[in-house]
Amino acid sequence: MSIFSDVPQAPPVAVFQLTADFRQDSHPQKVNLGVGAYRTDDCQPWVLPVVKKVERLIVEDDSLNHEYLPILGLPEFRSASASKVALGDDNTAIKENRVGGVQSLGGTGALRIGAEFLRRWYNGVNNTATPVYVSAPTWENHNSVFTDAGFKDIRPYHYWDAASRGLDITGLLDDLENAPEHSIFVLHACAHNPTGIDPTQEQWKKIAEVMKRRNLFAFFDSAYQGFASGSLEKDAWAIRFFVSEGFELFVAQSFSKNFGLYNERVGNLTVVAQDSDSLTRILSQMEKIVRTTWSNPPSQGARVVSKTLNSPELFDEWKGNVKTMADRVLLMRDQLKAKLQALGTPGTWDHITQQIGMFSFTGLNPKQVEYMIKEKHVYLMASGRINMCGLTSKNIDYVAQSIHDAVTKVQ
Amino acid sequence: MAAHCLFFTQTEEDWLPFSCDIPLLMAGGLRGKERERTNLLKQCLLCRVAGVQSHQAWKTNPLGDVGLNVLLKTEDPRTQNGSLMARPNKTADMSVFSEVTQAAPVAVFKLTQDFSNDQFPSKVNLGVGAYRTDEGQPWVLPVVKKVEKIIVHDDRLNHEYLPILGLPEFRSSASKIALGDDSPAIQENRVGAVQCLGGTGALKMGAEFLRRFYNGNNNTKTPVYVSAPTWENHNAIFANAGFEDVRAYKYWDTEKRGLDLAGFLGDLESCPEHSIFVLHACAHNPTGIDPTQEQWKMIAEIMMRRNLFVFFDSAYQGFASGSLDKDAWAVRYFVSLGFEMFCAQSFSKNFGLYNERVGNLTVVARDADNLKRILSQMEKIVRTTWSNPPSQGARVVAITLNSPELFTEWKDNVKTMADRVLLMRAQLKAKIQALGTPGTWDHITEQIGMFSFTGLNPKQVEYMVKEKHIYLMASGRINMCGLTTKNIDYVAESIHDAVTKVQ
Repeated sequence: MSIFSDVPQAPPVAVFQLTADFRQDSHPQKVNLGVGAYRTDDCQPWVLPVVKKVERLIVEDDSLNHEYLPILGLPEFRSASASKVALGDDNTAIKENRVGGVQSLGGTGALRIGAEFLRRWYNGVNNTATPVYVSAPTWENHNSVFTDAGFKDIRPYHYWDAASRGLDITGLLDDLENAPEHSIFVLHACAHNPTGIDPTQEQWKKIAEVMKRRNLFAFFDSAYQGFASGSLEKDAWAIRFFVSEGFELFVAQSFSKNFGLYNERVGNLTVVAQDSDSLTRILSQMEKIVRTTWSNPPSQGARVVSKTLNSPELFDEWKGNVKTMADRVLLMRDQLKAKLQALGTPGTWDHITQQIGMFSFTGLNPKQVEYMIKEKHVYLMASGRINMCGLTSKNIDYVAQSIHDAVTKVQ
Repeated sequence: MAAHCLFFTQTEEDWLPFSCDIPLLMAGGLRGKERERTNLLKQCLLCRVAGVQSHQAWKTNPLGDVGLNVLLKTEDPRTQNGSLMARPNKTADMSVFSEVTQAAPVAVFKLTQDFSNDQFPSKVNLGVGAYRTDEGQPWVLPVVKKVEKIIVHDDRLNHEYLPILGLPEFRSSASKIALGDDSPAIQENRVGAVQCLGGTGALKMGAEFLRRFYNGNNNTKTPVYVSAPTWENHNAIFANAGFEDVRAYKYWDTEKRGLDLAGFLGDLESCPEHSIFVLHACAHNPTGIDPTQEQWKMIAEIMMRRNLFVFFDSAYQGFASGSLDKDAWAVRYFVSLGFEMFCAQSFSKNFGLYNERVGNLTVVARDADNLKRILSQMEKIVRTTWSNPPSQGARVVAITLNSPELFTEWKDNVKTMADRVLLMRAQLKAKIQALGTPGTWDHITEQIGMFSFTGLNPKQVEYMVKEKHIYLMASGRINMCGLTTKNIDYVAESIHDAVTKVQ
């Protein structure tokens, strides 16, 4: 008898199962609109030219070694560049020395460290009962990250309005008004995953007003800065607004998408504290959490990002690369909508160009999704979410036609 | 002003004031807000290790390497810098984080920081555990440099997410390194692996899994035993994974300066069934004392008979003796006996890839079906911690291990490091003996790996740090890699002075 005979088989993570099924499929016209990674118009992964360049610089630099990074990570990555990208170089909070960073393992790691800290120190000591609100729907891992950090009460807040295929701002604001004081809210900084619907600036102002008045904690998840609109500043507007309103907040930043560095796990938890003394104490406790999780973070990805962000030339080149990706996505959005409208597909399809970022919530229901996969070999999430990056000039007609067929043939 | 030994776990709630003739269990034994004193008669581990009978004259502030933070405080443990930490009522202007306390720094990094700030020309850093050349410099292994160049010029490689469990060619080659190419368990398809963030990450994943699934569901009460002393992070990793009862098993015998085998075996016999034991595969940190093969056999026999869980920590394979196989003997022996077990492997030291965080949790299961279920649950745990692991270091290791030429070159680089350490051991002992320093110093060459437990007590350590500007851990642990042909005379003389002048 094994000591592990009672361990049950865990179900696979949906998005990876989808890709596995896609790989097994031998249909010549198969399309993968599942996992969130950028693809070129040839449907290939893309190593950003600036990344390739910087990797070469790093390998030729004999002054670099592999000694442990500090627990909180590479200094020139953390506050010197990563946090600045989120908040802006001239941000007041940075000047007031109340912004710090914890280099983390991608956005996931940043969320996890932030969650672990909040569970230990926010709203009392070790208060696992503080409600954590995540959008309905949200990235499927949000709930689990906070649960595994010890929070016992994860709740949805209204977000996606299926009827209007837009933001349920009334529901959202109501949830903010009715949430217990001090609840934690996980906000998507831009390019909401999976819906692609972001609040407008006016809507963000209303959200911030309620959160401030009711002492709710703002925890931003920022995985697509630059990638969503093509502009770093535009994509960081919400975060910067909240900071200017004086919130103490966290931002979990990921550089997976905007640097295409998915597998080097480059993330940063930006901490905006009330003052520098507070920041010092917070970071000291962050160190303790990091020490028992990964001890200190990996160097390679952080070096690439910090070298790029800290060199005016490379920084410009990077912004160019980011715009390339964002523009291709915008083009695919335009074309998909145009083709669906040309086909006379029932329903409105404006949401395809109104939504922003990598994903679109098509509005297809589960049966229509099943049809797309089984009959058309077009792979998308059961929620109807598609990754725009999976579209190319070569497959977009087939996808548009398939959506048309799904909508007209399957109810 | 009374002096206290304070033991920290993850929050400052979990510390206890005490004096050295009143007992304190090493790790997590006494938690919570009660400031109770127990009736057990054991010394705080640091004092026991150092052989200190009275702490009266112990005014220093060394931060120990044995899972304890030792601070000098006034009576009320709630004070900080002499003033009571109030818990004021919140006002509108109050920070939501006003009650977050300042955490004590990690001892070994604080030591290096103090070293960096020291202006003394002959200063020596014998603290943090990283290899140094005879010039006192970090060393990027030549084979690593070579493979990094191969990687950067390979245009077939991209940065797409790795699978959750990591780079497949890394995982399998890493497990083979630990268990041997021809391991029957591997051939029986019951060995799997999780690529993790260094040894720390591997321990963390293993601990999180065990807490959820071992010895019942979510059984946080299963005792976890770590050696006395051990790497200071072991305790915290298991405590943070949710285990409520982390205990010490006897290991270091202060008088003999060797293994307390009787104590160790006694703890194995008397512990609760199903307890988890964290075993150092080789090159025990911090003592450098490993069980002999005969002793391992005795340990294994009891563990099998009493259904104790085997969790190896293997951070120095190849680095300890210079031979990968020799350093893996214990792990392989336990596998051959049929244990279902974990082995947390680190490639930080033997590949010198400290900052790329290359680790592997090898899982030896009863059979392929068990393995499959275990790995599926490991994926869930990985997914909420780091999602999927970093690529760079794993690629370097995988390419190296999977190429006969590069593998040979790597083994050679490892032997270079191991040999330099052995040389420093031999020379240090010889010099101390030549100086006629009181005491026996055989332990310096009997101990193995990067570290040596010198046997210096906290006062002598303080003397070394303050008077001689030689930085070592409060436990008396030195990193042999910090010794060079240029500083070894100074270090030997300083040890001599410490031993003869300071009691």
